[in-house]
Order: sequence, then C-alpha cells, then structure tokens
Amino acid sequence: MSAALSFKNPEALLAYAEKVKKYRQQRTMEIRVCAGPGCIARGGREIFSAIKATIEKNKKELKKKNLEVGVKFEAKCTGCHGLCEAGPVVTFEPSKLFYSKVKIKDAEEIVEKTVLNDEIIKRLLFKSCDSRGGDLIKKYTDIRFYALQTKVALRNVGVVDPSNLDDFIAEDGFKAFVKALTEMSPDDVIEEIEKSGLRGRGGAGFSTGKKWRSAKRVKQDRVWIICNGDEGDPGAFMDRAIMEGDPYSVIEGLLIGAYALGATDGFIYVRHEYPLAVKHLQMAINTLEKAGLLGKNILGTGMTFNLKISRGGGAFVCGESSALMRSLEGKVGEPRAKYIRSVEKGLLDQPTVLNNVETFTCVPAIIDKGSSWFASIGPKSSTGTKAFSLVGKVKNTGLVEVPMGRTLREIIFDIGGGIIDDRPFKAVQTGGPSGGCLPVDKLDLPVDFDTLSRAGAMMGSGGMIVMDDRTCMVDIADYFIRFLIGESCGKCVPCREGLRQVHELLDRIIRGDGELDDLKKIDRLCHTMEVASLCALGKSAPYPVTSTIKYFRDEYMAHIEEKKCPAGVCKSLVKYDINKDCIGCLICKKQCPVDAISGENKKLHVIDQDKCIVCGICYEVCPVDTVDIISGGEIVNRRELEVVNP
Amino acid sequence: MNSETKTKASKKKAAVLKSDTNGKLDQIFDLYPREEDSLIMILQEVQDRLNWLPPEALDRVADELNVPRARVQGVATFYRAFSLEPRGEKVIKVCLGTACHVRGAQILVDELERRLDLKVSHGCTKDGRFSLETVNCVGACAMAPAIVVNENYYANVKPDKLDKMLKKEQQS
Repeated sequence: MSAALSFKNPEALLAYAEKVKKYRQQRTMEIRVCAGPGCIARGGREIFSAIKATIEKNKKELKKKNLEVGVKFEAKCTGCHGLCEAGPVVTFEPSKLFYSKVKIKDAEEIVEKTVLNDEIIKRLLFKSCDSRGGDLIKKYTDIRFYALQTKVALRNVGVVDPSNLDDFIAEDGFKAFVKALTEMSPDDVIEEIEKSGLRGRGGAGFSTGKKWRSAKRVKQDRVWIICNGDEGDPGAFMDRAIMEGDPYSVIEGLLIGAYALGATDGFIYVRHEYPLAVKHLQMAINTLEKAGLLGKNILGTGMTFNLKISRGGGAFVCGESSALMRSLEGKVGEPRAKYIRSVEKGLLDQPTVLNNVETFTCVPAIIDKGSSWFASIGPKSSTGTKAFSLVGKVKNTGLVEVPMGRTLREIIFDIGGGIIDDRPFKAVQTGGPSGGCLPVDKLDLPVDFDTLSRAGAMMGSGGMIVMDDRTCMVDIADYFIRFLIGESCGKCVPCREGLRQVHELLDRIIRGDGELDDLKKIDRLCHTMEVASLCALGKSAPYPVTSTIKYFRDEYMAHIEEKKCPAGVCKSLVKYDINKDCIGCLICKKQCPVDAISGENKKLHVIDQDKCIVCGICYEVCPVDTVDIISGGEIVNRRELEVVNP
Repeated sequence: MNSETKTKASKKKAAVLKSDTNGKLDQIFDLYPREEDSLIMILQEVQDRLNWLPPEALDRVADELNVPRARVQGVATFYRAFSLEPRGEKVIKVCLGTACHVRGAQILVDELERRLDLKVSHGCTKDGRFSLETVNCVGACAMAPAIVVNENYYANVKPDKLDKMLKKEQQS
C-alpha cells in the first residue's frame, strides 16, 4: 500500500500509521530472511529470492490455507538477526521459529512443509552449544544468545525490511519525531536527551545532551549535524548492521537532532567499504524526500532539513571528528589540535554536532519512551544499552546488544557460548586499535565506559574480539601497530615516527632477536606518543602494546629469553612437524605450496624442514590433528584444556 | 608484473581514457559543484568509471575544479580507496580486520601472493584479470576470515579453499 506517500502534516502521518498497523493485524504469518553482513556473505539474498519464487508458485495453495500473500502472509528480507554463526538465518513470526544454516535448495521445503503444513524441518533447527549439550531449539527466544539481550539501538534491525517505509512506520517509526515536533520545544528535546544520560556510542563516551547544548549556545546562524558512519575499528560491524538494516531509525534520530539544534543541513559520512549501507540510506533519503519528511517544509511545519550522504575515502583517521570534517570539505583527512572544539568551529568553521550512528539510533527510543526509561537501564554513569560485535574465537559470533554493566564473562560465555573447541580463553580485545587486551582475571569487570578505561582497554565503538591460547599477544600488538602505521595521517611526529619505531622493536622480538632492553624502549616510546600526539589516534595508539605488556608480560619474556612463541604463531620461532598418529591421507602433501611434505598413502608423512616456509597450511588442513607446532623445543598447540567457563 | 606488461596495461588504459575523456568524465563534473569541496566525491566517481586514477584524469580534475594539481595528488594518495595504479578486472580484497587476523587471514594473503605471483596493492596479474588488496575490515567479522572479490563474499576461507575460489572467479 505504500506507493507514493506524502504527508502534509503530522496528523496525516499518525493517521497513516494507524491504517498500516490495522492492515498488518490481519497478518498471521511472516517470514524474515536475514541479509545482514554475515548472512549476505553466505547467500541470504539468494535464499530470499528462492523463497519468494516458491511462494509465487504456491500462491493458490497459500490462499486455500488462508494465507493470502500480501495480506495474511508475507516474506521479507531484513537486516542482521544477530547470530551470524548460524547464518543464513530464516525466522517466522509470530511463532518465533528459527531456522539456521539455510541453503538455497531448502527454500521449497520451507514453503511446502513449514508454511503450508506447519511442519518443522528438524535439520534446520539451531543446535545449542551450551554446556547442557546439543539440544535442538525451535524458538529464537529460547536460544540463550537472544534471551539475554536487550535491544534498543538494534530494535528494528532484523525486524523491518530496510527498503520499506511502511514496515518502519508499523514499528512506531517517526512516532518520536512527531512527538518532538508537536509536543516538545527544541530545548525540551535537548533536556530529555541530557537527562537520559546517553553518552556517545562512537567510543569516547561524551554526553550527547551536553554536546547538543554547547552547540546551541554558540551564536551562529548555521549549525551542522553529522552522523559518523565511518566505522573504522577492525572487528566492529554494529554501525554497518544498523545502516543497512534500519536506515530510517538513523535518519529519524538525525531529524530529531536537527529539530533540537535548528540545523538545516546534515551529512551521513559512510565508510568506503560499506556500499550496501550507502545504497539503503540513499533509498531511505529519496523516499523521505518524497514523503515530506526531509527537505523543505517538513510535515507542513516549516522545518527544513536537507540530508546528504558522503562516502568516505577509506581512511581510518577520518573516524576522528576534525579529520572527518576536513574530509567532508574535500581535503586530506588530517585532524587538527582541538583547543577549539568542533561544536564551536567544525565543518567550514561553523558549529557542528557529530554523533555516531548508534547514538542517533538511540535518540528516537529515548524521546518515545522517555529519559527515565533509558536511564533505568544500566549503571548511573553509563546508561542504556550497547551493541557489540562479538567475534574472534568465540562460538556464537554475531551482533549483540546488552544493558551496560554486564560483565565480560556474561557476554563471552553466556551469550557467546564460550570459546571455540572449548580451548582456554586468553584475552578479549575491546576498543579497536585504540583499545586494549584484557586477560582472564578481568572477565568479571562490568562493561561500561569508565570501568573499561580504568582497566587499560576502552569501550570503543563496540568491537569485542575474543582470543584463545592460539593467539600470540606480541603478534596482536604488532598487528595493531602495523594497522596504525598504515592509517596514521603523518601530520605529527610522535605518531608517525613513534609507531614505526615501536614496530621495529616488536618485529625484532617476533623474529627472536629481541632483548630485555627493548621492552623499556617500547615503554618510553609509548609514553611519548601518549602525551605528545596531536589527536586521539596517536594518543591511544600505544594501548594495544602497553596493555599486552602489562597483562601478558610472560609471553613477551618467552619470545625474548626462550626464543619461544607459546601460542605457536610467530613464524621465525616455530616449526611444524607431523607426529606418529598420521594416517597418511595425503591431504597435507597435496596442499603444501612448496612440496615440502613427502609420504605415501597410509604411511607416515614427513616435512622437509629445509623446504618448509612455515605457512601453516598443513596444520589447517590435517583432518586428524596430527601436525604439531613446535616452538622453543616444545609442542605448543596441545595443552591440557582448562576451561574458564563457570 | 614486469615493466613491459605494465607499460602495455597503462597504455591500454590511457587509450580507454582518451576515448571517453569527452564522454564519461564530462558527466562527472556536472554532478557536483565545481569547487574544492567536491574533490573526493569526484575522484570517487572517476575511479568508479575507470577502476583507477590515471595521471591524465587527475590533471583534468585539477583543471576543472581549479584546485592545485599537488592538492589533487595529496588527496588521491591519502585515501586508501584510491588506486594510482591500474587494477585488474577483479580486485581480490583479503580482510585483515582483527577477527580475520586471529583466524589466520595472513596465511591467505601470503598464499594468494604466491599463487598469483603478485604483491598486495601492486599492479595486476599478467592477464589483467586480478589484483590483490588487503582491507582493514569489511564488517563480515562473524565469518572470518573473509575475502571479497568485487561484489562476491567468501566466508570462513581456509587456504585449501583458495583454488576453488580463484577458479570460480577466473571463469565468471
């Protein structure tokens, strides 16, 4: 029923929302096919097309069963459902039935059995990885991964079809914007946001209400409002999931912000690597311009707000506010010293409010449900919920949202299901290249802005990378430093040169040439970078190094003194060997890129150490785990499994 | 890639550029206001059409926007999205995000470099089919390690799956 919508006033929008909801009440079944970042990579979109095609074929049959397509029954393609590990995911409403690892060829069976005959296809049910054993779970509400979450920012992701305005309106979309517009003054809105305690979700955690208020205090004709979708932290995809799966909520947050600040122009700065986010946001903007919700005279109230998308150039530093604004001006994205804050002089030297995607998405929820509701979630100093991308060596990888103050253990072991293959947990990395690695004894720390910073990590934008005993902490530290060398803009010396020197020293340790004195040198360099760098990128660049030295000093020492990499990662310090349990299957021999493995069918294989380039492929492909990693004269990949899970 | 084929490839690209200098590129300059603010967007449009940024195109952008050529060069080299070398028809992007790194993405990069006889971010294969790049994170962390070839995602890639992937991309 959506056709060309256009709303002349707020009442018309509310009336239309009622109409859509009433029409939707007839719906007795809905299929939601996930096309989030994970599922799309595994063919989510193709599965949706196949299901759609099968529905088309069975139209008559469906009508006979009282499931008229478009009225009583609908299949839609949504954003991320969260549990990427089980992808591609297909869910059913209102039964909450959850199908995992769906394939294109399952489409017909799903429609014929489950839709038409209420029959559950057992092989597609999710197998729980809880310690209780591999039970099959029918409803997603019974899966611990979902049961322990509270969704605010992700409320519509995985629920609505991102290309369908009706869908969004049916989920109370724009209700908060209409409320702000008709019942609240701009100052009321700012006060409400301030009272909610909402802090910026991009990483620094500055109070959103305060930021808006300071921008408003500046006496200037023009205020800019910018949404930062330059999600650069490696290992984080929350903002991508939101922009792709629920673009309208981001825009509603921006509209409320624009109303509160009196801004007439805004930008969404989207990362270069997210073309689908650009596409979905642009579709949403076009629809809203036609519907009278963007552009001139919004909903007949005289409010003007023009929103544009700016594609980033693929520079990590542009996630920093002043660099992002330089980039919007078409310049090289170099940050500037912030003795004058960007709320006063930002884009084109005019007052500018810049907030993260997730922050803007929380705004409509706060206006709709009230600041006290939001403030009641989580601890006082960090209210609300936070979305995380839970990835790395964890069983249930995916997108999660929990109230602030939950412990790392709850997130990694209860929601995440623990470590893959039940190996020992070693560390969790939060906050991207500006964050740190936290060890086992920090697992019971509550996750909020202040606690994590005190522990030497930081909240960051929400990437949470879990590491097991097969991850080398020296290598991880060097990984982040190498990452930052590529991303440092080069403007200030401490960051540009400091990073290079730290990398040189780390590389020496990794090669087995490290000396005890190197740790001291690294420490000095890190300190200089922390105090003397121009922007947050350089200032926080040492954290991955300092936190790993602090918590995993013994690992550095093993590299330096014993010339041993306990995790079996650093190439110069390890060698591979095939043990006597080898079944002689020839797989590793075939895969070896340098023909270093000799052996015959059903006979023990041997690696020629002179030829071996330590690529690790034989270890990866061995079906019976008989390739050993040897470092410092010991086998390092096999250890007693001591599981930290309670 | 040796220097001879490199010149050949760039000559070919230059010819392509010449033939559409008055076509494709003209339209780009009408899409945005002719001012410095549009520089990044215009370079993105140029790259979308030509797959890389040839020096001739940068000259033209500088002229059209009335921006110093050095500044255009500065912006083009600063942002990772821009390539100043010709790229293959298909760009293989290996994700080196943290999640991919801990699940062994570096092995994939080494292996691809070896199999394609190519260095990351340097030219393309002799047949002009592939070039190899690494990206900081494609946001597909849950299926780490991930590789993206043009628009196609490959999830949970293991070294022994690379052959199949290359074969598929070679044919399509």
